[in-house]
Amino acid sequence: MIEVNELTKRYGGTTAVKDLTFTVRPGQVTGFLGPNGAGKSTTLRMILGLHEPTSGAVTVDGRSFRDRPRGLRHVGSLLDAHDVHGGRSAVAQLSALARSNRIPQRRVEEVLREVGLAEVARRRIGGFSLGMKQRLGIASALLGEPPVLLFDEPLNGLDPEGVKWVRDLFRRLAAEGRTVFVSSHLMSEMEHTADQLIVIGRGELIAAESITEFSARSARQSVTVGTPAAAALRDLLTAEGAAVDTAGDLLAVTGVTSVRIGEIAMEHRILLHHLSTRSASLEEAFMELTADSVQYLAGDPQ
Amino acid sequence: MTTTYAPVGGLGADEPRARFYDLVVAEWIKLRSLRSTWIAYGATALAVIAFNAGTAYDTYNYWPERSAADRADHVRAGIPLQEAFTANAAMVMMLALGALGAVAIIGEYSTGTIRTTFAAVPARRSVMAAKTVVVTAVTTVFGSIVAGASFGLTQAILDGRDAGISISYPGALRVVVASALLAPVCAVVGMAIGSLIRHTSATMIAAVAVILVLPLVFTEGRHWSAVAGHATLYQAWLRHVEVGSRQTDFPWTTGGAWTVYAVWALTAAVLAVTSAQRRDQ
Repeated sequence: MIEVNELTKRYGGTTAVKDLTFTVRPGQVTGFLGPNGAGKSTTLRMILGLHEPTSGAVTVDGRSFRDRPRGLRHVGSLLDAHDVHGGRSAVAQLSALARSNRIPQRRVEEVLREVGLAEVARRRIGGFSLGMKQRLGIASALLGEPPVLLFDEPLNGLDPEGVKWVRDLFRRLAAEGRTVFVSSHLMSEMEHTADQLIVIGRGELIAAESITEFSARSARQSVTVGTPAAAALRDLLTAEGAAVDTAGDLLAVTGVTSVRIGEIAMEHRILLHHLSTRSASLEEAFMELTADSVQYLAGDPQ
Repeated sequence: MTTTYAPVGGLGADEPRARFYDLVVAEWIKLRSLRSTWIAYGATALAVIAFNAGTAYDTYNYWPERSAADRADHVRAGIPLQEAFTANAAMVMMLALGALGAVAIIGEYSTGTIRTTFAAVPARRSVMAAKTVVVTAVTTVFGSIVAGASFGLTQAILDGRDAGISISYPGALRVVVASALLAPVCAVVGMAIGSLIRHTSATMIAAVAVILVLPLVFTEGRHWSAVAGHATLYQAWLRHVEVGSRQTDFPWTTGGAWTVYAVWALTAAVLAVTSAQRRDQ
């Protein structure tokens, strides 16, 4: 269990995280979402005691992580797959970590097999692809069989097979009763992995809820209508209070259900060729939610 | 639904007591698993020994051209002992070991490994102390080998002209020990500078300034300058390898020079161990 309480971090004049409060519970995968620069990595570093909060507090299983003399049996983490020395082999890197925490050497072999790096264990990490480094980082996180696991953008650089493997691994770790906290800036990565979502933007909490509740936000449906009498139907629908976009022969309608559109068309004897509803994706809901807090926006004409 | 977590992989629920010894072994694994460590220490050892042996060989070469009286003066003035570890060799070793000590910590900062390290062991002072212990031990062994080999090789060369001395010669052991200890002291100083500055290039510049420039700036011209100079490592080493009495307005004892070694080593160790404690990583 991770408890973040009114956490604030300022670097000079920049506020990276502001009054952040949320709880990450065991037995579930919790996604940590936000656009680039939202403060996700800063928050994860504060959970691990690497950065000191300006104010507020964060505890892992009731204790500040920095108060523990050794960490790997309490929290396993992958912050950045590049946080390793390229000159070492995977087995040397993991052996040093294991030894520092009094974890037996056999765990090193076990986790290397588990992440599929047993074959390349003695090769220099410098020659690893990003995906292989991610696997190595995941192996380090698993070393101490910790009850709490943190992963910062773990899917970057993984191939589709790797992505599936990581998702299954996260689900399994959560099913074992562990707290699994995974950051990402892409909703699509979390959609099939997370049970809970924490969404932040510009360092502030935007949403903390289950993925089901989150999808309910995107219930705003859009209806696509195809008709030869597009102009007439558009006027009728607008009069009904709907927002209508014309795209060739098709109308994209929001604010009126497909049932009501069918009724209106029937009343006015308008022929419909096509009538379909489409739910906004979670990605769209996420974009909408964080639109105000995106820090680096591209292609926005001035 | 509440799910309680229970370890499944066989590590057991009880955490063993944290031991400092494990951190020392972990740091040793880190140091020895880098090929660059072996190359850098090996190249430095060869360079230093070659500097010393080269000087002795020079003496050996020109020996037949000297008069008998000149040869006797040469031995009486203690030149064979000075050639056991030359000033050039000492300077090369100081700079190289300062850099190697710095790299022991800068290597972690520049690659980001430091975050992995501190996330695994939140007791930062313990990690840094373990690192200091490993660097000190490795460089002490390194210094002993290099100083011992230099002494043996130079005197073997000079023996070819019957001009070599043995380790029981007055002051010979001090020259070897003072030169050997220069390695760990400079390495820990480099480590301290590295852990304070945390950036590669700035660290290297600062290390060169402290190790090389300071002792050259403070000359014997005035009292304050002489005292400041005596407080530098290079001049303390020069005092140790001084043979016979030297013309100077500001003489000082070898005890003073040992104190300089000790103060540098301890101050550097304290800085290296504590500097990471309060800063964001």
